[in-house]
Amino acid sequence: MIRGVIVMNDQGKPRLIKFYEFQPPEKQQELVRSIYRILCSRAENVSNFVKADSLFGKDVRLVYKTFATLYFVFIFDHSENELAMIDLMQVFVETLNKCFKAVCELDIVFNFNKVHMVLDEIILGGQVLETSIEEVHTLVVMLGACTDQRRPGAPSCAFVPVSEQPSWKAMPPVHLCHLFLVGREDSN
Amino acid sequence: MAGPSLMASLFQRSIDDVIKGLRHCPPGTEPAYIAKSIDEIRSEIKSTDPQMKATALQKLTYLHSLYGADMSWAAFHSVELSSAAAHSHKRTAYLSAAISFDPATTDVILLLTHQLRKDLSSSNSHDVSLALSTLSSICNPDLARDLSPDLFTLLSSSKIPVRKKAIATVLRIFEQYPDSVRVCFKRVVENLENPDMGVLSAVVGLFCELTEKEPRSYLPLAPEFFKILLDCKNNWVLIKVLKIFAKLAPLEPRLGKRLVEPICELMRVMGAKSLVFECVRTILTSLSDFDSAVKLAVAKLREFLIDDDPNLKYLGLQALSIVAQKNIWALVENKDLVVKALSDTDVNIRLEALRLVMCMVSEDNVMEICRILISHALKSDPEFCNEILRFILLTCGKNYYEVVFDFDWYVLFLGEMARVPHCQKGDEIAVQLIDIGMRVKDARPQLVLVARDLVIDPALLGDPFMHGVLAASAWVSGEYIELSRNPFEIMEALLQPRTSLLSPSVRGVYIHSAFKVLTFCVFSYIKLNGDDSSFPSTLTDSVCKSDDQVRFDTVAGQPVSDIELDDQNMIVSNGQTSSAYSVTHHLTQESLLALVNLVEINLGPLAGSNEVEVLERSNNVLGLIKLIKPLLLGSSENSEGDKMKGELKASEAVKLIFYSCSEDLGPVSVNAQERIPIPKGLVLKNNLDDLEEICGDIKLPLLTSFSLAKPQTVDASGNAECHSKEESEPSTESTSLLAEHRKRHGLYYLSSGNIGVTSNDYPPAHDPKDKAIDEAEDLAKLTVKSLVTGRKPSQSKPRPVVVKFDDGEVANIGKNRTDIKADLISGAVKEVLLGDEATTSSSRRKPSSKSRREIDESKNGVSNSDKSELSKAGLGSSKHHGHGKERKHRNSAKDKERDHKDKQRSDSAHGKHRSRHRADKALEAQAPVIPDFLL
Repeated sequence: MIRGVIVMNDQGKPRLIKFYEFQPPEKQQELVRSIYRILCSRAENVSNFVKADSLFGKDVRLVYKTFATLYFVFIFDHSENELAMIDLMQVFVETLNKCFKAVCELDIVFNFNKVHMVLDEIILGGQVLETSIEEVHTLVVMLGACTDQRRPGAPSCAFVPVSEQPSWKAMPPVHLCHLFLVGREDSN
Repeated sequence: MAGPSLMASLFQRSIDDVIKGLRHCPPGTEPAYIAKSIDEIRSEIKSTDPQMKATALQKLTYLHSLYGADMSWAAFHSVELSSAAAHSHKRTAYLSAAISFDPATTDVILLLTHQLRKDLSSSNSHDVSLALSTLSSICNPDLARDLSPDLFTLLSSSKIPVRKKAIATVLRIFEQYPDSVRVCFKRVVENLENPDMGVLSAVVGLFCELTEKEPRSYLPLAPEFFKILLDCKNNWVLIKVLKIFAKLAPLEPRLGKRLVEPICELMRVMGAKSLVFECVRTILTSLSDFDSAVKLAVAKLREFLIDDDPNLKYLGLQALSIVAQKNIWALVENKDLVVKALSDTDVNIRLEALRLVMCMVSEDNVMEICRILISHALKSDPEFCNEILRFILLTCGKNYYEVVFDFDWYVLFLGEMARVPHCQKGDEIAVQLIDIGMRVKDARPQLVLVARDLVIDPALLGDPFMHGVLAASAWVSGEYIELSRNPFEIMEALLQPRTSLLSPSVRGVYIHSAFKVLTFCVFSYIKLNGDDSSFPSTLTDSVCKSDDQVRFDTVAGQPVSDIELDDQNMIVSNGQTSSAYSVTHHLTQESLLALVNLVEINLGPLAGSNEVEVLERSNNVLGLIKLIKPLLLGSSENSEGDKMKGELKASEAVKLIFYSCSEDLGPVSVNAQERIPIPKGLVLKNNLDDLEEICGDIKLPLLTSFSLAKPQTVDASGNAECHSKEESEPSTESTSLLAEHRKRHGLYYLSSGNIGVTSNDYPPAHDPKDKAIDEAEDLAKLTVKSLVTGRKPSQSKPRPVVVKFDDGEVANIGKNRTDIKADLISGAVKEVLLGDEATTSSSRRKPSSKSRREIDESKNGVSNSDKSELSKAGLGSSKHHGHGKERKHRNSAKDKERDHKDKQRSDSAHGKHRSRHRADKALEAQAPVIPDFLL
């Protein structure tokens, strides 16, 4: 089961926090801080898994990935496949990219509801529901009529996934998953 | 009313405004800004205008989720807004509920029941989806109970996205309300045959979670899963099916045989690494008996290990640690890669590699591996270096140094580890040094050498992490001083000026060791002189013997067995014959006097120390010096009658002290304390409050008298001359102090065996009846004998005996109790799968008081319970049974099971205990009742 999804920037500011089991707000903030401490101590080009037994209990680990200024973190237990989680993260990021047309940190900051909407289509109650970027995108567009699509200012940065196809099909994804940075958002 | 509301909504800040404001907040003013925004939200949220309310709630949710602001007060507003007509408002409301509601404590969740039900049956699939995802976030037992019928309907919804979400939500419902299994399970199972990948993925995911908790109940579904494994092309689904089989295969051997081929095929054909990895893991964990499959899996694993991707390498190493438990050859085959990974840049990979290297350790290679590791430790960063040390200590110390054959080597190695720069494992090393000293008699000579090197090195005293090791070394040096080549050297090391850098407790150990060394030297001297017949030797001997007797009579309260006495004498004689041989060369009166002076000079100032530990120990030593000094000085003069008497007394005292110190300390069983039977009449569980009242008066004076006593002692030691006439008195005092100390120690040296202890009698230090100690004594005898007969060459010598206790010294670890909820679910699942109307009490047990009544009803009779069940579920009974019938033709074997089950039920109807019943079931599941799934 997936225990939670966290997106935070490289300053440790949370941009999205979703736990699939209730956590009190103070605990959430605390977890984000501890995870950030772990993540920023890790070098580049090392494995993306971190054991999180001390934070979440036995057998729970997290996988993280850096996209431009953002850390994407998935927390999961042993009933999920580690590599599949990396892929799922890729699906999530590419879907966001598709929904926001070259997504950047600002999009995620200003579209709290919509990001949750995308996530809810992919994961429900900790279980993976949908792994097709197209499907999720269609659904979100359909729902989009109800949601404001405003995007304040012209974003100067975007992180664009390189991969053309879902990396899912051919797994060794790390090089595929490398999304490059066009610009950088100044720190908040 | 309209006016202000309109104005307010016109000027209401949107969520974007709030976010922008937050972003432009000067650092530090954020909390104030948030507080201000929340104040605004508080008034806006009360608005009757849904738009305004929605915006306010959205802002609040944002602040709550990302900034941790409290929004429990707004729970009712979420409920209110959820009934809004506009989908976007509804979405806002449900999102806020999903994020902020605590299923256990938020009361208003129940108010949401009605709206959720309405939305679940809505024709707008977006509304339904929304309600489902909210339900899965905030589900509690009441919601689960009330909404399970609605969910049941959705499980066969024609809209695929809705059906998928309903299936995913079912997991939460089952968890919260196990009885719902009876209603929903069949529909869930039906979805296993759904051609849509999304639905299939959701169902398989659901079963993956369920099997994780209690696999046995799902064995009957194995044929369905097997079909999916063969037919499905979707990797997500396959991964989950493999996860399910990894749990099921160990329960049913026949399943494994069928599974191996398809899984190997997948492994050969598939390119997706995630799936290949899952196959490898499934084989290594659950199908490790199939050699060819394991070989293939290990070959695949090697591909992971040589991959450049650190993730694959990391996972490969992890999988290797699974296989290492059963098939160590796989690990040895990849040894090169593992050792290479030790110097990887990635900490994760290095740690995994280290763990694997430690798995490879055996008697034969432990020295080689430790050598490699220590060289790695010297090269790597402090953190990893300590990790390496930790692993070495853990592995070598495991099971009483199981892998260590050559203790001389290991003791040297411990010394080497202590000297590794950045070493922070001093305490662990110290524990092992002392432990080996006590357990492995043969290792002591080498241990003393190692300890000497450590104690003598002045550089080590500056490193606070080393203090533990130094304390241990000092203790070893003092305790086994008779094995030391040069006690004088040790004494100098123990008193070196830099010891002032040590913490008081460690310093206490140093001084106490100095005490032991001094006692030993003086004793040896006396003994030597006794042999030189400056004393009548028969007299000393008899004195000695009688003293022993007296000591044990007074201290232990009962005579000591001959073995123990022999043992002591052996130590002494041994000390004199072998290593202390050199001592005799040094041991002239002058050298001893010099030694005594050295001690006096160094410890004299400490007699005024502020630290109790240091103060007391040094006073002990000084007391001893006061006692022996006349002896040393006097014997050079012409002997007079009085002097002679005084000397004799002093030498007796020294012997007493020496004997009390040279008693062999054995290891202590962890469970020693527990084994002491509680004496009759001693009630430990009484409340001690009354006692406190009584003792409250006593405590204070005790404390003050103690603090007053300190300066007194200082005075006493300062005016040493005044007391010099009464030499014998402090000596007896110090011996009695020691005896007291030993007595107290005695408490902690109790081990196995029943000893009748009365509450106010200290048990003897070494009870001859004591089993474990007996063993130790036997051992001691043996080793001493071997020492006497001469040492064997170190190469071919057998592994020294390590003293251990029968019980393994392991504290009992409570058995893990299985989750009650999981139990309930699986109970219900078994019922549904094995027999349609079976009712056992197992799943009927519900914590909720509301349903308890129904449970009682249901216990009265099967039909009755079924009715209540169905009426609760709000379904026509015909519908339910219809499905039951549909399913019946699927597997005739299941019917057989049912018959069996029915019989069982009649057995268990007579109020059998639930757990026993479950055990029956477990047996049943193992027995031939399970159909030949895959035939």
